[in-house]
Amino acid sequence: MAAIDPGSLTIASALEGLAKKDFTSVELTQACIASMEAARPLNAMITETPEKALEMAKAADERRSKGGEVGLLDGVPLAIKDLFATQGVLTTAASHILDGFKPEYESTATANLWKQGAVMLGKLNLDEFAMGSSNETSYYGPVVNPWRAKDGTKLVPGGSSGGSAAAVAAGFALGATGTDTGGSIRQPASLCGITGIKPTYGRVSRWGIVAFASSLDQAGPMTRTVRDSALMLRAMAGFDPKDSTSVDRPVPDYVANLDGGVKGMRIGIPREYRMDGMDAEIVALWEQGKQWLRDAGAEIVDISLPHTHYALATYYIVAPAEASSNLARYDGVRYGLRVPGKDLNEMYENTRGAGFGREVQRRIMIGTYVLSAGYYDAYYTKAQKVRTLIKKDFEQAFQRVDAILTPTAPNAAFPIGMKNDDPVMMYLNDVFTVPTSLAGLPGMSVPAGLNSAGLPLGLQLIGKPFEEAQLLRVGQTLEKAANFTAKPTAWWRS
Amino acid sequence: MSLDKAAVAKIAKLARLKMEPDRQEAMASELNRILSFVEELQAVNTDNVQPMTSVAPMKLRQREDAVTDGGKPEAVLKNAPQRQGDFYTVPKVIE
Amino acid sequence: MAEKDYIQGATGAWEIVIGMEVHAQVASKSKLFSGADTTFGAEPNHQVSLVDAAMPGMLPVINGFCVEQAVRTGLGLKAQINLHSVFDRKNYFYADLPQGYQISQYLQPVVGKGELLLDMPDGSIRTIGITRLHLEQDAGKSLHDQSPRESFIDLNRSGVALMEIVSEPDMRNSEEAGLYLKKLRTIVRYLGTCDGNMDEGSMRADVNVSVRKPGGPLGTRCEIKNVNSVRFVQQAIEYEARRQIEILEDGGKIDQETRLFDTGKGVTRSMRSKEEAHDYRYFPDPDLLPLEFEQGWVDQIKATLPELPDEKKARFIEKLGLSPYDASVLVAEKESADFYEKVARGRDGKLAANWVITEYFGVLNKSGQSMEEFTITAEKLGGLIDLIADNTISNRLAKDVFALMVETGKDAATIVEEKGMKQVTDTGAIEKVIDEVMAANQDKVAEYRSGKDKLFGFFVGQTMKASGGKANPAAVNELLKKKLAG
Repeated sequence: MAAIDPGSLTIASALEGLAKKDFTSVELTQACIASMEAARPLNAMITETPEKALEMAKAADERRSKGGEVGLLDGVPLAIKDLFATQGVLTTAASHILDGFKPEYESTATANLWKQGAVMLGKLNLDEFAMGSSNETSYYGPVVNPWRAKDGTKLVPGGSSGGSAAAVAAGFALGATGTDTGGSIRQPASLCGITGIKPTYGRVSRWGIVAFASSLDQAGPMTRTVRDSALMLRAMAGFDPKDSTSVDRPVPDYVANLDGGVKGMRIGIPREYRMDGMDAEIVALWEQGKQWLRDAGAEIVDISLPHTHYALATYYIVAPAEASSNLARYDGVRYGLRVPGKDLNEMYENTRGAGFGREVQRRIMIGTYVLSAGYYDAYYTKAQKVRTLIKKDFEQAFQRVDAILTPTAPNAAFPIGMKNDDPVMMYLNDVFTVPTSLAGLPGMSVPAGLNSAGLPLGLQLIGKPFEEAQLLRVGQTLEKAANFTAKPTAWWRS
Repeated sequence: MSLDKAAVAKIAKLARLKMEPDRQEAMASELNRILSFVEELQAVNTDNVQPMTSVAPMKLRQREDAVTDGGKPEAVLKNAPQRQGDFYTVPKVIE
Repeated sequence: MAEKDYIQGATGAWEIVIGMEVHAQVASKSKLFSGADTTFGAEPNHQVSLVDAAMPGMLPVINGFCVEQAVRTGLGLKAQINLHSVFDRKNYFYADLPQGYQISQYLQPVVGKGELLLDMPDGSIRTIGITRLHLEQDAGKSLHDQSPRESFIDLNRSGVALMEIVSEPDMRNSEEAGLYLKKLRTIVRYLGTCDGNMDEGSMRADVNVSVRKPGGPLGTRCEIKNVNSVRFVQQAIEYEARRQIEILEDGGKIDQETRLFDTGKGVTRSMRSKEEAHDYRYFPDPDLLPLEFEQGWVDQIKATLPELPDEKKARFIEKLGLSPYDASVLVAEKESADFYEKVARGRDGKLAANWVITEYFGVLNKSGQSMEEFTITAEKLGGLIDLIADNTISNRLAKDVFALMVETGKDAATIVEEKGMKQVTDTGAIEKVIDEVMAANQDKVAEYRSGKDKLFGFFVGQTMKASGGKANPAAVNELLKKKLAG
C-alpha cells in the first residue's frame, strides 16, 4: 500500500477511503501522527496523544470490520483546541495557570465527536484562554503559520484558534475543533487558507469548554473544505441539557443540500464594511466574491448595518467583563498552578499574577474596571444597549436577504511580533467578525484566493440564526467558484 | 476617564493580580489606550434601548429536583495543588 | 414608637433600628444549579459536583423546584411576584467560593415587597416590611481550627439553594427581632419551603443594627453576620446597640462594617476577612437567561398554599373563640395547630385550647419528647376533655387523670373507670354528704346564717373533700346554697 499523505485528504475523502478499505484508520492515524511530529516546528500542538489516537483508530477499524453501524466520522483523525476539556488528558487553555490540569470530564462537543467515531490526535495550541488574534499570547509559545512570507519570515496563523488552523493547513489533522468568541475560528481560517464555521450561539454545547466570554463563545469545526465543515458540525452540534444556553432543536443533515446552489438567493453586501484605508486586494477579492455568487444565480443586494462601526468597542467591553468574572475561578485552590503566599489573598495574587499572561491580565483588568462601581452603566450597560442595536441591524437586514458576504479579516497573515506593541491594533483584526458574534449569528470563512504576497485570504458569509445549512450551501458555491487549491510548501519538514 | 498608576493598583487588587510597580505604569497606558478606543460608544444614541440579556430568544430551562451528581470526592479533589484528606487546604484565614 | 423601647444612655434616650437579611435554605433534594445532594452532615466534599467545584467549562442549570419554592415563600409573605427576574454574578474572592462569584439576584429579584406580622405578647400586631426575596447559591465551608497554618475547605454546601429574605429596618428592639425570625421560620415551615432547622444552618440571619436619637436621622449601621439562633440574634443586638451608644456618647463615630457574634463571649467583633472595601461588580450571569414565568403559573401555586399562621390565628379567634394570645401560641408551629384542631374538633374550642396550651405543652416540654413520641395523642386528650364536658369528671379531677394518662399511657375513660373517679351528680348522694358536713360543723352553719357569707367556700371545700373530689361542683354549689339558706 502506498504511503498515505494526510495533507491530500479531506474528511469526506478519508471516509470514502476507509469505507472502501483503501486504508485503515490505524494506517491513516499513523500517517497523521508522523506528519504531526514532522510539523513540530509550527508549535501547533500543546499535547500530542499518539497512543490514545491509535487506540481509538483501532476501535474504529474494529467497528468497520464487524460491518456494524459506523459513526459519521468513524476513524477520522482530528485535533482538539486545548480549550476543550478532555478526560484524563492535559487541558491547559494555553495558560500557565492550568499547569498539570487533567479534567475528570469530557466536553460535550468532543464527546459528540468521539461518539461518531472520530480519533483524537492531541490538543492544539491557542491564544491563552482564547484571548488573541495571532496565537502569540500562548504560554506555550506562538504558533507559526504554515504559510510563510516570500522572504521566509515567519507569520502568525491568526487566533485564537491558531493551532487548529495551522494543523489543518499543514495537513496533519483532517479537521480541528475551534472556538470563536469574536472571530477566533473565522480569522485564523482566513489567515491559513482553510474553512471554518462559527455556528449560531446555542447550536454547539459550551459545557466543558473553558469559558472566555460566555455570551459569545461558540465552538465549531475548522476543515479543508466546506463539505468537511458540514460533516463535522453535524457531529459536534446538538442540544445539551447541561448548558442553559443550548438550544433544543434538531440538527439537520448539513451535507444533504450542500450542492443545492444559490440560485434565487439574495446576498447582502453591507456598505459599512467598506472601511477607509482598506487593503485594496481585500476589496478586490470581495468584489470577486460578489461576482461569483451573482454568476451562480444569486441576487446581490446592498444593505446597511448602521452600528457596525461600534461593534469592536462594544466587544472589547462585553468580552473582558465576562472574562474577568469567568477567570476568577483560577485561584490556586482546586486545580492548576498555586504560588504560595503568606495569607490567602497573597496566595491568590501570586498565583494569578504568575499564572496569567500579559494579554489575559490586560483583559481581566479592563473587565474588572468596566464592571466596577461607578463605571458599570457608562461602560457595560451602554455596551449591552449598543449590542441590542447591532443585533437589530442584522434582524432588519435579514428581512431582505438570505445571507451576507463580507471579507473575513482586514489583512492577510502578518509577521510574528508585528502587532504586539499596541493592543488596539491587534483588536482591529476582528473588525469584520465581531458584529456576527455580538448578534449570535452563524458566520463562516471560506478561502477565496491568494494576495500578491502569496498569502491566503478568506471571505466571510453570515447567515440567519440556525440557518447553517443554507450558509454552508452558499459557502460551497463560493468554494467551487474560487477553486482555492493552493497549499503551503512543507518548509517545516526540512 | 483616564487611569493612573494608583487606579491600576486598585483594580489589580480587586482582580487579585500581583503587579509590580513598573508593570502598573505600563498597564495604565495600555488600559487608557483601550478605554479611549471604547469611548466612541458614548456617541451612540441608546435612549429607550434595552441592554441585551440574552442573544438567543429563548426561555430559561428548569431542571427537575433530583440528585444526579456528586458522590465522587476523588474527581473533585484530584487536581488540587494541596489537600488534606478530602479537604482542600488554603493558607489559614482569620475571620 | 413606645418610650419603653428606648435605651437610656448617659446623654438620654436612644432608639435601636434593626433590619434583617435571613438566609433560608430551600428544602430541595439537589442544589440550585447542580444535581448534587443537599443532605446535611455528609463527609467533606462528598456532595460536590464538578459545577459546584467550579471546574473549567462547567455550567449552571437551574433547579425548577427551587424557583417554585421562592415563589411560594413570596406568596406566603403577601409579596409581589416578579414575572421577570435576573440572575447576577456577585464577584468576590474567598476560599469557599469556588467560582470567584456567587450567582444571586441583584437588581431584579424574583420576589418584591411584602410584609410579615408580628404577634406581640400583649396581643397587638406589628407589621414588618419585607423588601425582597431572592434566590442565590450558598458558599462552601471553611474550617479554621483543624491545623495551625491552614484552613480546610469543604464544598458540600457550595451551590445549595438559599432564599435571602430582606426586611425593612422596621424593628426597634431585640424582642421584635426575635419574634420576626420566629415568625419567618413559622411561615416557611408552614409552606414547606425550608425546614427552618437553625442548628444545621438551614436558617441564618445577618442583622443590621444602628442607633439614633429618637426621631433623629438614621445612624451608621453594622451588619452582624451569620447568627444562627433567636437567642443569639437578641443577644447580639443588645450588645451591639450598647456598644454603639457607648462609642457615640464618647464622641466617637460608628464605622460601617461587618461584625461577627462571638457566642462564647456574648460580644460582637469586627471581621478581619471583611475589612477591605468591597466592589462586587454585579452583572447578569451570561451562562443563564432571565427567569420568566406566567401569572397563571403563579396563580396555580397560590391556589395550593396551605392556610398560613395569620389566617389560622384569625380563624381560631373568630370561629373557636380563642384569645389572640392563645391563638398565636397554637399557630406558632403547624404541628401544634394541627394537634389542637384535632383535639378541638367537635368540642369546646376554648376548653381544648386551655388543655393543649397549659397541660399538654407543660408536660410535653418537661418530657423533652417530640409531639409524635409523646404518649398523649389528640384522640386521648380529646377523650379526657369529653369526660369533663359530659360532667363525668370535674376539671380539677381531670388534671389528676391527665397525670395518670401520662404515667400509664392508658386513656382517660379507663383510668376514671379503674380508679372509680366518676363524678357524683346524683343529687341525693351529694345532699347526703352536705348533711354530714353541716352536722359536723354546726357552729359554722350558724355563723353563715348570721351573715358571714364568706364561709360558703369553706362548705364547698369540705363537701368536695368528703366526696373524694368526685362531686359535681355545680351541683354542690346549688345544693349547698339551698341547704345553708335553711
